This record gives sequence, C-alpha cells and structure tokens, in this order.
Amino acid sequence: MLIATDLCKSYGALAAVSGVSFRVNAGEIVGLLGPNGAGKTTTVSMLCGLVTPDSGTVVVTPGAAVAGGPAPVVLEPGDPMRAKRHIGLVPQEIALYEEMGAEANLRLMGALYGVAEPLLSRRVGEALALVGLADRAREKPAKFSGGMKRRLNIACALVHDPDVLLLDEPTVGVDPQSRNAIFDNLEGLRSRGKAMLYTTHYMEEAERLCDRIVVVDHGRVIAADTRENLLKLGPSLEAVFLQLTGQGLRDGA
Amino acid sequence: MKALLALVRTDLTLYFSNRRALLITLAAPVLIAAFFGSVMGGTPGKRPARVPVAVVDLDQSAVTKAILASMRKDESFDIRDLPLPAAIEQVRAGKLRAAIVLPKDFGERAPRAMFRPGGKPEIEIHVDPSQSIAMALVKGLLAQHVMQEVSRAAFGGGAGGAKALEDARRALEADSRLPESDRRDYLELLDKVARIRERQAASGDKANGFGDGFQMPFTTAEREVTSGQSKYNGYSHSFAGMGVQFILFSGIDLGVAVLLMRRQGLWKRLRAAPVSRGLLLGSRIASGAVIALLLLAGIYAAGIAFFNVRVEGSWIGFWLVAAAFALLSSTFGLLIASVGRTPEATRGLAILATLLLVMLGGAWVPTFVFPEWMQAATLFVPTRWAVDGLEAMTWRGLGFEAALPAVAVMLTFSVAFGAIAVACFRWEE
Repeated sequence: MLIATDLCKSYGALAAVSGVSFRVNAGEIVGLLGPNGAGKTTTVSMLCGLVTPDSGTVVVTPGAAVAGGPAPVVLEPGDPMRAKRHIGLVPQEIALYEEMGAEANLRLMGALYGVAEPLLSRRVGEALALVGLADRAREKPAKFSGGMKRRLNIACALVHDPDVLLLDEPTVGVDPQSRNAIFDNLEGLRSRGKAMLYTTHYMEEAERLCDRIVVVDHGRVIAADTRENLLKLGPSLEAVFLQLTGQGLRDGA
Repeated sequence: MKALLALVRTDLTLYFSNRRALLITLAAPVLIAAFFGSVMGGTPGKRPARVPVAVVDLDQSAVTKAILASMRKDESFDIRDLPLPAAIEQVRAGKLRAAIVLPKDFGERAPRAMFRPGGKPEIEIHVDPSQSIAMALVKGLLAQHVMQEVSRAAFGGGAGGAKALEDARRALEADSRLPESDRRDYLELLDKVARIRERQAASGDKANGFGDGFQMPFTTAEREVTSGQSKYNGYSHSFAGMGVQFILFSGIDLGVAVLLMRRQGLWKRLRAAPVSRGLLLGSRIASGAVIALLLLAGIYAAGIAFFNVRVEGSWIGFWLVAAAFALLSSTFGLLIASVGRTPEATRGLAILATLLLVMLGGAWVPTFVFPEWMQAATLFVPTRWAVDGLEAMTWRGLGFEAALPAVAVMLTFSVAFGAIAVACFRWEE
C-alpha cells in the first residue's frame, strides 16, 4: 500500500505540486490523470525518491495493511533506501540497456535491489514469463519490437517483487496487441496484490484498468474517486476529464 | 558492494562487447602514434631525413665547385642541381627547403674578403618560410662548408689564394688610417702565409693543416641520456602522447554516456533503485578507470610489440602512472557529465577542452618547444604530468620514485575533478 500525504514541490516561483494526497491500496490500480504540466511526473518522481518533496510524506506498507502485518516504511528524504526496496518504477522512457540481453537487464536490476542467487534466477524467469519474453531471454532489446521493449521495461520493475508499482505512461507508442498484453500483465499483478499507480493520457486505458482515479491539475488534486463514481459525471471518462480540467490547450512539460 | 560490482560489470560488458568500436578505439591511437613516432625519429639508429636543398652555382669557379662537392658529401643535405627559376619554384611548392645561390665571381671575391674588410660576396638563400628549423640547419652547415673551401683557396696552393694575398698586401700598404706598427705586423703575417703557400706548392705537402683550409676546431660525440640500455625511440613519446589523448576521449565517452542515460530514462531507473548517489557515481568512476587502464595497456602492448617501445624504468611506476591517469580521465568524464546539458553540445565542448589539455600537456609536440612561460604554465595541466610520467618510466628509464610526483599530481587533479563533479551533479531531472 502507498500513502502520499500533502506532497508539495516548487521550482522557484512555480509550484509544481501543491498538497497532493492519495492512497493506493494493495491489489488496486489507481489512475493518476492530468493534462500536460499538471504535476503528474513530479508526483511520481517524489513517490519513488527521485525528487525530494519540499513537504509531505510518502509511506509504503509492504503487503496488505493488516493488523500484525509488516510495519509501514516512510520514504525519508535523507534515507530513502528502505522504502525504495518496496517500490518498482516503470519510467515513461524505454529505460533498457539495448545492447545487453533481456535476462542480463533483469539480473542487473535485481542486483541493484539486493536480490541474490538463487532467488534472482527464479525472479528473472518469473518476470520474463509474466511479460511473455521467456523464450527471448538471451536476445538484446535492440532487436525487439516497441511492444516487446515496453513489456521488458515493465519486467525490469518487477524483478525485485515490489509491493508498489509506479507506471508512468507505460504504453506510449505501442500497438493495440502489445497494449492488451500489457493490460493483461497488469491485471495479473493486481490479482497478486500489487499496489499500482498508473499515469496515462489515454482515458480508455484508465477506464479499462483503474479501480480508482485521481485527477490533478495545476499541482492539485481536483478529483479522486472510483471509476464508477466518476463515470456518473459524464458519458465517458474523457468527457469527465475535459469537464474537470477544461478545453484549453496545455503546453506544460 | 554487489550493486557496485553489478554496475561496473555492466559498463565493462557493454564497452567491450562492441568489438568494432573497441578495435577502432585501439587502432586510432596506435596508428596516429605510429605516424608521429615516425616523424619524430622512429626507432633507434634510424637516420633523420636529409634536407633537400638546391645549389645554383652562377660562378662555376674551382672554389664554388669545391663547396658543392663538399656539401654533396654531407649526409645532412640532399643537394639538387637546378637553374635558379626552377629552384625557386620548387621552394615555393614546398619540395625544397631552400635554394642557395653562389654568385658570379664568388671564388675570387670570397678569399680576398678574408683578409680585408668590405667587398664580401653575398650568397642568396631563397627559403620556405614555414621551415624555420630547417633554415637554421642550412645556414649553419653552409657556413661550415664555405669557410672550409674558401680558406683552403686562401691558404692552399692555388693561384686564387696568391692573388688574394697580393690584393690584401696592396690594400694594407694603401690604408693611411692604419697605425704603422699594426701595418708592419699584418704585412709580416701575410708574408709568412705566402712563404707557407710557396713551400706547400713546392712539396705538395698539406700535412701542416693550412692546405685543407679552416676546419671545424672540434668534433662532437653524442651520448643519449636515457636508461643507458637502449637509445631514444620516437615512438615512446608518441605512444605516451596519443595514449593520453585517446584515453581522455574515452573519458568524454563516459561523461556523454551518463547524459545519454539521462535522456533514455536509464539514469532515472538506476536512481530509483535503493543504491546511494555515491555508489552510482563511484561505479561510473570505477568502470571508467578500468576501461581507461585496459585501453592504455592495449595501446602500449601494440607499442611494445610493433614499435620497440620499452618500459626501461620501473614497471610498478609505469602501472602507477597509468592507473593514476586512468582515474584522472574517469573523473574528467564525470565532470563532463556534471556540467553538460545535452550530449551533442557537451561532446563538442569536451573535445575542445580535451584537445587543449593534450596540446598543452605535450602530447602532440614535446613541451620543450613551447615558450618558457608556457612551459611553466603547463605544470598546472594534468596531462603534462601524465605524458612526463609515462616517458619517465619508458625511454627515460627512471626509477619508481620518479613516478611519484606525476602520480601525486594526477591523483590531486582526480580528487578535484571528482569533488567538482559531485558538487555540480544534477540529481533532480
């Protein structure tokens, strides 16, 4: 489970994120939606320790939040290491060593998260199998299609078996078949109790995948509810989104 | 520790798996070092190239023919007989370093000028202005050959010398400004020279020395101050210089690679992992230093195998200098990654900075050809210490202790580069 409370981050006079709070429960996919420059990427960066918040806290609870379960771990700005072990990041970019085999990519990620043999080999095999690349383990991503690279990009975030998965637009530039395969992967992970935060510009993706949706704009949360409740506000999630954030063009980063 | 090893292993695997790039990375410095080494004298015992010079003899006298014959015997010259316009044209085209013109009546006027002031014949030298070093050599050797043959004409048994003496005697007797005592001594000197000439002419004996004209009053014996085991090898300098240059280029690659990783999101992924900033940067420094050290070893292996480069000094000192320089190049790369913004712009600026460093460090030409102030200034350039350190351990054949100053300076620069890099590194995207 992931709990973000009152996250704030400013760059000079620009308040990128102002008091963002939400929760992602175990076995749940939460969509983080917003127009360009709304503060999504800054929020995700704070959640995985890439950016230090000016204020606010991030707490990760391993497994389901049950009495007697593992203690929550706070993502401390000065010592984020413990919390990072429970978080997996799927960046928007295809962040792979293209000239190194798929398996070697996963092994490196596992080593960085402290996964040792023989567990590492098992996890690498499971992650590759989950994304349908078990038979391409030795091949270099440079030879993969865009969809295969995206799937391997996700697998790299899974090899240390994180409790929380942060997915930053993980389907950009892939064909419908690959997208469906990725959705299947994510739904499988949800059924295994992973807490997932999913940012996207594709409303139909959020509509299909997400249990709850958080809409941010100008660095603030402007709506947070279940998919079903939000859909009561309009004929489609896209219509609701435009209603909440306006029709004007956004040129933010 | 496992994470550090995993990152270093990844960098090494990626670097050395690209065989084509690796081959070029190794071949480029070796080929360029081979070229520079060849220009700088090549292997021991190889004679320097002869200086191509045209001599235009407008006099065709016995004296000028003797000068020409003497120059032909000199191994420093490659003498060409050409008419004046053709000689000048070849100098202009860069095919000859100079064209020397011996003027008409040179054979008569030059011996005479030895005994009285004024009336000196003028030897024109048409020069290639880009060859100032060769020019000094030409003038020096020309003076030697001309003095030898003209003095032979003056003091030897030829008629030209007798006439020169007679002319000089007449000039002394007619000079009213000369004190009487000086005139008497000069005339006595000329009489004695004339008597010697007569005796030589009668006996054909030239053993007393004047018959051969003035000679160089000394000979030289060159003793190369190196390890004493082998002579200076031009490739030793060029391999040090080109090794330093191309290892620094690999440092640039390391820095640009970080910027590319940033752009590709890989850096973000690594930073999201539970590893410290120190470990991330440390792994880059470690892998960069190992790559640099292996490349330097490869470059020197080629130098040793094919160009007779030898580590005549301390092997431990050599490896210490190489390791310190490898660390220097790695921290230099990290510094580039810290201050750079985009890979493209950074690469251009970094190459410029590197070329300045290697140029001032004496990697292209030895620092002793620099102006004195620049020689002093380059002591603050780390590449100077790298080149000097490698040379000290190779052809200079110095001991382990001679490596220590270079190692200390390079380590100091490495710490400084590393500290600035860490301080300036952008951690937040």
